[in-house]
Amino acid sequence: MSDVTLSEAQLTWLRFRRHRLAMIGLTIVIALYVIAIFAEAVAPFSPEKSNARLVFHPPQAIHLIDTDDSGWHFRPFVYGYRLARDPVTLAATYALDGTRKTSLTLFPHGDPYRLFAFIPTDIHLFGPADPSQPMFLLGADRQGRDVLSRIIIGARASLSIGLLGVANSLFLGIVFGGLSGFLGGRVDWFIQRVIEFIISLPTIPIWLALAAALPKDMSPLAKYFCITVIISLIGWTELARVVRGRFLALRSESFVTSAWLDGCSRGRIIYRHMLPSLTSHIIASVTLAIPAMILAETALSFLGVGLQPPAISWGALLKEAQNVESIAAAPWLLLPGAAVALTVLALNFLGDGLRDAADPHAN
Amino acid sequence: MRTYFPLGRMTIKAVDDVSFSLHAGRTLCIVGESGSGKSITARSILQIVGRPGRIMGGQILYQPQGQKPVDIAALPARGQQMRDLRGRAIAMVFQEPMTSLSPIHRIGWQIAEGLLAHRLMDEKSARARAVELLRQVEIPNPEEAAQRFPFEFSGGMRQRAMIAMALACNPKVLIADEPTTALDVTTQAEILRLIKRLQDENGLAVLFITHDMGVVAQIADDVLVMNRGQVVEQAPVMQLFAAPVHPYTIRLLDAAKKLGMAAPPARATVTPGEVLLQVRDLSLTYPAQTSLFRKAKPPMPALKGVNFDLYEGENLGIVGESGSGKTTLGSCLIRVLKPSTGQVQYRLRDDRWLDLASLDRAGLRPVHREIRMVFQDPFASLNPRMTIEQCVGEPLLVNNLLSGRALQLRVRELLGRVGLPPDIASRYPHAFSGGQRQRIVIARALALDPRLIIADEATSALDVTLRGQILDLLLELQPKLGLSFIFISHDLGVIRYFCNRVAVMYRGEIVEIGDTEQICTSPREAYTQRLLAAVPEAEPAHRVLLTA
Repeated sequence: MSDVTLSEAQLTWLRFRRHRLAMIGLTIVIALYVIAIFAEAVAPFSPEKSNARLVFHPPQAIHLIDTDDSGWHFRPFVYGYRLARDPVTLAATYALDGTRKTSLTLFPHGDPYRLFAFIPTDIHLFGPADPSQPMFLLGADRQGRDVLSRIIIGARASLSIGLLGVANSLFLGIVFGGLSGFLGGRVDWFIQRVIEFIISLPTIPIWLALAAALPKDMSPLAKYFCITVIISLIGWTELARVVRGRFLALRSESFVTSAWLDGCSRGRIIYRHMLPSLTSHIIASVTLAIPAMILAETALSFLGVGLQPPAISWGALLKEAQNVESIAAAPWLLLPGAAVALTVLALNFLGDGLRDAADPHAN
Repeated sequence: MRTYFPLGRMTIKAVDDVSFSLHAGRTLCIVGESGSGKSITARSILQIVGRPGRIMGGQILYQPQGQKPVDIAALPARGQQMRDLRGRAIAMVFQEPMTSLSPIHRIGWQIAEGLLAHRLMDEKSARARAVELLRQVEIPNPEEAAQRFPFEFSGGMRQRAMIAMALACNPKVLIADEPTTALDVTTQAEILRLIKRLQDENGLAVLFITHDMGVVAQIADDVLVMNRGQVVEQAPVMQLFAAPVHPYTIRLLDAAKKLGMAAPPARATVTPGEVLLQVRDLSLTYPAQTSLFRKAKPPMPALKGVNFDLYEGENLGIVGESGSGKTTLGSCLIRVLKPSTGQVQYRLRDDRWLDLASLDRAGLRPVHREIRMVFQDPFASLNPRMTIEQCVGEPLLVNNLLSGRALQLRVRELLGRVGLPPDIASRYPHAFSGGQRQRIVIARALALDPRLIIADEATSALDVTLRGQILDLLLELQPKLGLSFIFISHDLGVIRYFCNRVAVMYRGEIVEIGDTEQICTSPREAYTQRLLAAVPEAEPAHRVLLTA
């Protein structure tokens, strides 16, 4: 297709594709959300499967090539560890046992679960060929549960809270920002002062107060929704400001004036002429707002007022790493934090790329 | 010299094998339309081409009297030697006086900065020199002006300050990149005179970049015509205007002379029809702004008691400098703005008279079908997310006049009418040049069979060759469609070419209105006379601008 017939959306996509970092970000974000959707299948074990004999088991490295008497084979495996006790302190230590190999395979039968909550199955993406053998690619926690599986399951709560929170924020932001920018005058003045007031509130104490006010006996699902609402109550202000700014800028464009002179109704001016020019900016701002939501959830859960065990989210997992002793004994408990960082960075790269593609003249 | 912009797979040859020489005490004008590479040529000399531009080859030799020549192109762009040359040997004045001065530093400080950076003098004498320079560029009260900030200066004053800054270190070469394009004609004439005087006093070599053949004719010694990065013709000014050789030069000169003040006007003499529009005592005053937290602003009158009549079938020009209220007047007529007092009586197709000034939104609907507007910026007046078909068809669609197949046919007919092929209908605006877009905007304006078109600087953003084409298109359509025009412009040449009558505006008032020919040849008001005297004529044998 030649360049001249491309629509603005297609041009934006072309510009976006040239942004390498953003394309990497997009790939990672898509991968993360796919993993979150199929979390139980991707995780090699059930996140609740504990084993008191495998407490703080260290991470095992995957070896791809197995050599034996008949030469070498492509057969991924991990070496087993033997539990030993320090004769003086009686502390548990794990020693690599070069003779024990646990071979891994794709699509093994393992812990049973329900895919999408109703298809009963026990097939996982990968895992030990013999389901009774342990495999801890990212180590085990204080109850001998697989950290990798827990991070994968936790992705679902953390990532979806980002999306739901942003959806709430977006709704509020577009309504109030749009009103503010389109109507102007007193309405604008009032909405802007309210936004300034909300922004001036110290976020964490407000979150804490609101979250602490939730009844203790709430079901985890209800609590989850309440937390999204609490987080987005603050988050909408930024989006409202973006929407308002774009509306103000567009209102004085001469194509909007000429649409008015063409006889367009107010609704048509907004929906046909102004909103389409806003969408790419809004998508970019939304992408940049998701990380804030994820970080907020992490912070709340870490502080113990967000999602609580047995619910699993990255913030809730990080709670395990709250005291120095457990970090010293098992530094891999901090890995959910790495997952948060990866997600936030990928979303930020993606959002930057989208913003540049939507507004090539900004620089 | 060659400066290329490598952009991925392709390379834009912005300056392709350009050669010229510039002599002390002489003015070389580089002239060309937008995108011809004239600014990049100038920036290459100072090695301040923006990324990813690079000088790919050639030499730029700078030879001060009695010294060995230096090849600037071979110097590292960020090296000490290059920095020594910038400002000290070769100085530059930019186009946009609003953005080329730092808004947070005092004028005097900015002028002295060059002197201090080159360590030519200490701070105290640099400050004294800044005041002296401001005096040289004829800024009143130089001691006080040096203490002011750029935002306190008008456009012309800033450009003077810019020139003072450029001259601070006594450079041998002054590069002026469209220094007067953003200014009104009267201010332009003053700045041109100033540059000429300073050149004579200091023996400067001036490289003057412009798109305006009139300015070239008035100030140049030698002329370089550029097109698409290449020099198409190079000659002394008299020779170039008398006997241009290259077809591009000829086209450029013809276009400039067509809209010049000596050319025969194109418009047909019309026998005025009935009155179409009567404007009586139209005023618009922006009310005083009082706010709890801000200083109260006094009321600002933008229009003061404007009166005129428009007859059916005639073209009325409204001319004035920036801030004269001409755009405000246009906006009040079509009611984008609401006038404070006065009447705008308009006679509808069915001979009913309406006062546009007092109509509400619903009442304006039938009026907006008959009065259409063409805006200045062809890049901003089309919705980038709609196809040409949707843009042009929008007024027909929203007024429930046509839809579906009939709408498609009508849009194609309209596009044909403004000289565009019908198969472009499915494209988006970004695929078109400024001239083509302005045609599309005109097609949209014609969609509702209007009777009056208000064109607000409709040709100002276009290159001179396109300007003539658009005006000719409008003149050709006019008798066929029974149109009248109100043509708002700062360019007297365009007005003279296009309009039967002209109203001259100054500070929100119409100071003179009458037959275009009569106003252009024997203006009565002093302001009109000043305005006319400042128009640079594209005739080097007739240099009145600099002597006036």
